[in-house]
This record gives sequence, C-alpha cells and structure tokens, in this order.
Amino acid sequence: MGTDMRIRMRTLTALAGVLGLSLVSGCAQGGAGSSADTVTYWLWDANQQPAYEACAQDFEKQNPGLTVKITQLGWDDYWTKLTASFIAGTEPDVFTDHIQKFGQFADLKVLEPLDDLGIDDADYQPGLGANWMGQDGRRYGAPKDWDTVALFYNRELAKAAGLTAAQLNGLSWNPEDGGTFEKAIAHLTVDDKGRRGDEPGFDKNHVKVYGLATNGGGDGDGQTQWSTFTASAGWTYTDQKRWGTKYRYDSKTFQSVVEWYFGLAKKGYMVPFTDYNSQSNQANTQVAAGKAAAAFDGAWMISSYDGFKGLDIGTAVTPAGPSGKRATMMNGLADSITRNARNKAGAKKWVAYLASDACQRTVGSYGIVFPATPDGTKAAVAAYEKKGIDVGAFTEPVADEADFTTFSYPITNYAADVYALMHPAMQDIFGNGSSVSGLDRTNSQINLILDQ
Amino acid sequence: MTIASSSPPSRLPPGGAERTATRSSTDRRPGTGENRGDGRLAAVFIGPALLGFVVFLLWPTLRGIYLSFTRFNLLTPAEWVGLDNYVRMAHDPIFWSSLRVTVVYVIINIGVQTVSALAIAVLLQRLTQSALLRGIVLTPYLMSNVVAGIVWLWILDTQLGVGNEIVAALGFDRIPFLADETWAIPTIALINVWRHVGYTALLLFAGLQAIPNDMYEAAKVDGASEWRMFWRITMPLLRPVLAVVLIMTVIGSFQVFDTVAVTTRGGPADATNVLQYYIYGAAFGRFQFGYASAMSVALLVVLSAITFVQYRLTRAGQTDLG
Repeated sequence: MGTDMRIRMRTLTALAGVLGLSLVSGCAQGGAGSSADTVTYWLWDANQQPAYEACAQDFEKQNPGLTVKITQLGWDDYWTKLTASFIAGTEPDVFTDHIQKFGQFADLKVLEPLDDLGIDDADYQPGLGANWMGQDGRRYGAPKDWDTVALFYNRELAKAAGLTAAQLNGLSWNPEDGGTFEKAIAHLTVDDKGRRGDEPGFDKNHVKVYGLATNGGGDGDGQTQWSTFTASAGWTYTDQKRWGTKYRYDSKTFQSVVEWYFGLAKKGYMVPFTDYNSQSNQANTQVAAGKAAAAFDGAWMISSYDGFKGLDIGTAVTPAGPSGKRATMMNGLADSITRNARNKAGAKKWVAYLASDACQRTVGSYGIVFPATPDGTKAAVAAYEKKGIDVGAFTEPVADEADFTTFSYPITNYAADVYALMHPAMQDIFGNGSSVSGLDRTNSQINLILDQ
Repeated sequence: MTIASSSPPSRLPPGGAERTATRSSTDRRPGTGENRGDGRLAAVFIGPALLGFVVFLLWPTLRGIYLSFTRFNLLTPAEWVGLDNYVRMAHDPIFWSSLRVTVVYVIINIGVQTVSALAIAVLLQRLTQSALLRGIVLTPYLMSNVVAGIVWLWILDTQLGVGNEIVAALGFDRIPFLADETWAIPTIALINVWRHVGYTALLLFAGLQAIPNDMYEAAKVDGASEWRMFWRITMPLLRPVLAVVLIMTVIGSFQVFDTVAVTTRGGPADATNVLQYYIYGAAFGRFQFGYASAMSVALLVVLSAITFVQYRLTRAGQTDLG
C-alpha cells in the first residue's frame, strides 16, 4: 500500500512536471513566433503555399537573420481566426487580404498604411494597385495576384453536341432571347430520355446533364454567377468606381438580366438551386460529376478543373453582351500589414519583396496563380503552358481592351452588411422563385446603411 | 485535515445529557471551533466552481447585458446608445423571422426527440438487459455535431447523396432536403434528433430505473396491460425526470447553431436562419456586437421564461414517489 502510494505520487509529480514543461515550451514557442527576427505570414490557398515558401527562402537569403513563418488556413477558418486574432492581439505581421474584406478592416483601423513601400500602380496589371487605396488616400495593400472568370466546359460533351471551341469562344447573349449563348447551353442540356434542351419533348424536370453549372445565388457580387452578364449589359455595382455610396441593385437593367439568368434554371438549362450546396456541391463538383457540361468559374480553379480524372476540360471566353463587349470580373489579392504587427520593420521588407518582380516571377513559375506584375503573369502563362493548360480565356480579357471589359468587386463601406442582405435576397430569387423587383427594397436598405 | 484538528473530546464537560445539549447549541454559533473549520473546507470545495461561475458565466452575462446598450465593434471602445439596439430589434423583420424559424425547429426537434427517446428508454427497460444495446443507442452522441452535420449533408445532397440515390431508385423525385425552404428546417431538426435521441433516452432510462419494480408487479397481479402500466405508473413517476430532461433539451434546442452553420448557412434565403446563427453573423460577420448582444439578451429572456413556465407546469421539483 505504502509503495503503491509513493509510486502514484511519483507518477503525479512526473505528470505535473511534464505539464509544466509543455506549458513553458508552449510559451517559448509563442515567443519565437513574434520575435524581432521572425515575420509571420498567413495565406488561405494551400496550392500556393509551396510557391510562397520558395519566395520566403529567397527573401531569407537576402535578409540574413530574418525568418518568414507561413501559416495556411482554409478560407472560412482564415477569416474567423484573423478576426479573433485582431481582438486577442495575436494577429500575424502580414496576411493575404481580399478586396471584399478590405473596406471593413480599413474601417476597423487594423491595417498599417504602406505608402512608404514605394509601390507604383504602373508596375502591375491595370487596376490592381489602385483598388487598395483607402478612403483616406493611403495604401493598405501591395498587389500580389489577379484572377478573371471564364467558361470551363467538358470537351467530350461539347463535341457530342456538335459545338466547336471556336463556336464556344464566339458566343453572344441578350436578356430577351438569350442569344447564341442560351442556344448553346440549351443544346448542351440532355434529359433522361436523351432529348436535348432545344429539342421537342425536352423534359426539364428530369435532366441528366445540365448545360450550365451553378455556384448559387451569387450574393452581392455574382462573381462566377451573373456578374459577367450584368457587366456586359453595361451595369455597374455602384455610383462610383471605388468607395461609392449608392448601390444599383434597383436598376431595371440589373433586374432584367438577373431574371433572365436565373430563368435558365427554370427552363432546365442550368443546375437548379436545390442541387447546389456551398460546401458539398459547387459548380466544379457538378462538372466533375458529369451533371453539368459547362461552368463559369475563376482562374483560381484552373488546376482543379484540369485535375478532374477522366475529363477533358476546355476553356472559353465569356459571351459578348448587349454592350458589344465581353465582360469578366478581375479581382486581385494583396498583402497587408497589421497595425499591431510585432515586427513591423521585417513585415515591410517582406511585403516589399512579395510585391517585387523577383518574388512574383517565382510564384508565377509554379503555374498556380497569375501574379500581379506583367513579368510574373508571363512566367505563370509559360508554366501553365508547360503543364499543357491553355489559359488564354483568362489572360485575353486583360490584354484585349477592345473586345473585353474588366471590372472589380464592389469596393464600399459596410461590405459585410451588403453581403448579409444580398446573400438571402439572391437565394430567395434563385431558390424560392421570388420576384426580382424585391431587390428594390433590399437596395434601399443597403443604401440606408451606407448613408449612416 | 481541518476535521482532525477540530475540538478534541477532552474539552467535553463531564456528565449530563443537559450539558451536552447546551454544548451543541452553543457550538452552533458561527465562528467557533468546528464550524469555522467547515466553512474553510467548504470554501476550498466551492472556490474553484465559484471562480469558474463568476469568470465564465456571471461576468460574461453581465457584460453581455451591458454591451446590448452600446454600439461596439470589438476593436474600438463601446459607445452607449441606450435602447437603440432593442428598438432596432423590434423593427427588424429578420430577427422575428429567425425567432419563428427557431421555434418551429424546437417544436419539431423536441417533439420527435422526446417521444422517440421515451419509446427507446421504455423498450430498453422493459425488454432488454443488454449493455451492448444500451451502448449502441448512444453511438450517434459520440460523434461531434459538426461531423454529424457534414455526414448528413453528403448523404442528403440532392444530386450526389446516397440518401437521394435511394429515393431516386425507389422511383421518387429527388428531395432537396437541405436546399428547399420547406424541407430544410425539418431536416436539420431530424438530424439533431438522430444525434441526441440516444443521450436523451439514456437520461430517461436512468429515471425509469428509479421506479420500483414491485409497482409493475403489483399492477400485473391486478391484470393491467403494458399500455395501461405505461400511462398509470411509468409516466406519472417519470414526470420529474422527464421535466428536467425537457427543460435541458429545450434550452439546448433553442441554441441550435453548428448543424445550421455546416449544412445550410441559414439558407435558402432566410429559411434556416435560426436565432443563434443570426446573432453569430451580426457579431462575427458584421462586427455589430452591440446588436448581437441585445438579441442574445432577448434569447436569454425567452429561455428563462420558457424554463420557468415549464418548471411550474411540470412540477419538476416534486416527486410522486414514496
């Protein structure tokens, strides 16, 4: 009994010791993460981590004594954790920033101005630099990459429908009869009896393969949903290019385009809202599963579509609209420094390097994303080519200003409130078949918030 | 330790029951010998729990109530706005629709869950002694809510889910369980029934164990059927346990969040935008911590009222046994 007791006591002491030790080492680790010679950096895209690790290695060679510690978190966790970290004071020194979140962070004053980094808008693809200027005229982000939207399509299904790559690249649409775009989508649609969408007897309630996949209602931006159509109809989100104070979801042009677009699902040509799920069944899944023949999706998805086993995927530019031009959102990410960064000097050096041609060429050479500098973009195009992927449908809109118009995410205050109101409103139209005119009310609510 | 050092018996005055009685009555005065020792011991035992209660429950609740009268975005100091948040809440159609959606969820969730848990508990008690069976009933509860949500999300996916493949194979049209405004709330309610019914059944089963077996034997001798015994013996004697279980599960049910966050994110439109999810979005999506706190206070009031009414109606504090 006595020895038993002693052994137990000894075990307890040992356990307590281990626990204490691990607490101490835990603290030590935390300390190392925020010391003067480390820069902490967060990103969400796991595909890009190797590229930025390569950049970090080069950076560390040039700046002996400085270490970059990269942390990758999935998109949802990323923003939750970042928000929490601002509150807890454990924020990273540098993080990958999204234009949709930028306004809110600027409002909350958690970002460090980057005016002294000497970033020149002219060094980057058009529009990318200017988007990161706050309303106070100061810069809060250093451009790192960009993406556009194009039409991914299943080559085999297109061939079976008798549609050539040239035809798919030459489509046009209008909100009245949908134009050649709607005809193509209808023809790509096949019901369970093998009848195509434009053939007599087509059963829209029992569709085997839809012509067009869906990414849901599209919230307030419709990036990979309706934005290519609303923009090529000449509509813009707000009254000013940046930091506008009035949204235009009450525009008759906007509403008629949205009505036509979601109408594609009612006709059975587009995957209905009921088949969509933001977690388990997005447009790329629908194409991968053979449930849809084509999908509008962003350049960040190129590798995913290319990786679908047993599927041959082609890409085509967005259809030309009533304005005569083809349109795509061109969105760019940036690197931002947090106002309370522990290692501000090191962070500025790192961001300056991330924004440099040297790092962007390195990132480009991995062929996973288009870097913001023209040289970086070139390196990426070459790397994609080496993998046998033609990315022309994504780069043409940026190079060819005569045929294309590119536009940015809406940049305004209260972006989170706009999302909170538009997310259910668009689902209500797409999923519940509510009237588009209901957007008048949503729009006035949004503008009321922006007015305060 | 303190007990051992308390007043030694040698201090007892010799003789007489009368004197002993006097002693015990004087000893009951606060601040003397034995009792002071008890107090210290009690403090040692209560201390940690009290500290936890104050730090993790009382203080956050008080602060939450304070914040509900402010405009607060977490990063800049809170600004007193009086009743503004409550006025906004009264005029916010999404708040009222969230409350309605939550109530519908609770009714379906608690209704189905309680009836099935009771059935399972009675079956477990009357039909089997198998620990294995009792264990199996509990297995869904071992899974985290998020995992359960994701698994069901995949099973019920309209295009790709196994569940819908079966529905289609049986010749029916596929059912958009989580993507249709009429199906979504019942589906989420039933997913949570699936996860919690075993646990609830186990609690009720424990309550059933407390009912003396001779009651059933006596009833049997009198020729009562199982059905009659259930209504005349089981239900009345289980009432206090059932009441407590109901109070706990109703409170838990009103706080549904994770299953919604994983499966529908409040959609389609606002069909599954339950109160907790709306509160979360206001706080962590829109940084409106003041308004989110006001809605949390409203939920606190609603839950307190419901609990109070339940407690009184079911006389949860009294038993009919013995």
